[in-house]
Amino acid sequence: MIDDFMLRAGLAGLSLASAAGVLGCFVVWRRMAYFGDALAHSSILGVAIALGFGASMLSGVLLVAISLAVMLYWLSQKGLGVDTLLGVLSHGALAIGLLVASLQTGIIFSLEVVLFGDILALSWADVALTAAGCVAVLAVLLVRWDKFIAAVLNPELAASIGVSASREMLVVMLVLAVFIALAIKAVGALMVSAFLIIPAASARQISKTPEQMAVFAVVIGAFSCVLGLILAYYYDTMVAPTIIVCAIGCFVISRLLPRPA
Amino acid sequence: MALIELKNARVSYDQKIVLDKVNFSVSRGEIVTIVGPNGSGKSTLLKVMTGVKELDAGSLSTAPKVRLGYVPQKIAIDDAFPMTVRRFLKIPFSPNRKVMEEALVTVGFPNSLDRQIGELSGGQLQRVMLARAIIGSPDVLMLDEPTQGLDQSGAADFYQMIETLREEMGCAVVMVSHDLHVVMSASDRVICLNGHICCEGTPAVVSTAPEYRALFGRGTKGALALYQHDHDHTHEHGHEHSELCDHE
Repeated sequence: MIDDFMLRAGLAGLSLASAAGVLGCFVVWRRMAYFGDALAHSSILGVAIALGFGASMLSGVLLVAISLAVMLYWLSQKGLGVDTLLGVLSHGALAIGLLVASLQTGIIFSLEVVLFGDILALSWADVALTAAGCVAVLAVLLVRWDKFIAAVLNPELAASIGVSASREMLVVMLVLAVFIALAIKAVGALMVSAFLIIPAASARQISKTPEQMAVFAVVIGAFSCVLGLILAYYYDTMVAPTIIVCAIGCFVISRLLPRPA
Repeated sequence: MALIELKNARVSYDQKIVLDKVNFSVSRGEIVTIVGPNGSGKSTLLKVMTGVKELDAGSLSTAPKVRLGYVPQKIAIDDAFPMTVRRFLKIPFSPNRKVMEEALVTVGFPNSLDRQIGELSGGQLQRVMLARAIIGSPDVLMLDEPTQGLDQSGAADFYQMIETLREEMGCAVVMVSHDLHVVMSASDRVICLNGHICCEGTPAVVSTAPEYRALFGRGTKGALALYQHDHDHTHEHGHEHSELCDHE
């Protein structure tokens, strides 16, 4: 018989792995890993703000992550060097978040949970919210899939078929912000980027088309998630890092496989 | 009637004007080449015509339901992006196998549907991108630096193919290039750009225009002769004049 908390963790993990698999492909294609990191770091500020105002963690993180995504989009449209800015904003948000958190007295702020997540502590309401959020993320990604692909390839090519690459990229950034907000409680600010990147990077090696890569990334993410949960359960290790280690195992194996002809 | 027409267009990036007072139009069936040094606004002009970049002043009008076939200079397919030729040709339509095979034969790269885009040579990729563009039967075929990375005979072959395509499909062709000699001789009309239109007209007219000489120097005439375009036949449009304007 599966323990209730394991069932909840499993369902939340599978939802997140599905959304992360598809979204992670764009992160890999567009080299947005650093952007994902910045959003994830900023979530600590979101958590601190939410605690300060007695709001839910999700709403705080959503607010901060979406604001940061919009700000970075705006800056990148102005043609500013985004790489350095990302570094400033990412660690700035991290530092400010920790500062705000430390200023709050009487509130127990578990840094460990924010950084590494606690997928075993999710309530059924958390699971439902995570699953619903991930379905929404997937729906947006699938509906706009062809537009995203064109936008990734080349902005003028996209425009020639009626797709605004900059608009599609804004959508991807916003979806990424929403995903990170959904994932923070379960997998934590330090681990969420790994959830996005490693399954997608593993899937690359065995894929011939973008669609195959997305499907394989979901499968690899889901497999790592289930395996990681089981291992963490039996060996009493931290869940999110265990899942990531399983994903890294998949990545190493995928690198040893030959590319499909 | 013009398929695409720019009137008095001005474009800037961060208050720096890169194109100004540009009047430009493309008519059905003509091959127009835009030449100019680096930073002359060639790529910006393509961005304006595709709608990626908005005008600060002036107007852009396109004929209703004009289909664009765009061949980019490069696409963001690297090792992280799996993409077969077959999948690429399905952007944005869903042509059947026969249509795709035919397009690949037309561009001279048959039996390549299962190849990975990331593993193609520059010339092969160029052909695949051209095949994708012609699958939608475009009214205007736009090519950004199509022969970059090809040697001179490769470039000449490529332009020959563009001319053949124009004859077969009746589409207009707009090309941007800094690959002067070969490209010019394959064109009906050449626009010499340097922030504004310096001179325009037939290849013969432009290559002798003082504005063009000022930008590109002498010595292009001999190379032009390597690949003389056959101008015995006539086209509907006559741009035998060379519009001159001031140089700073």
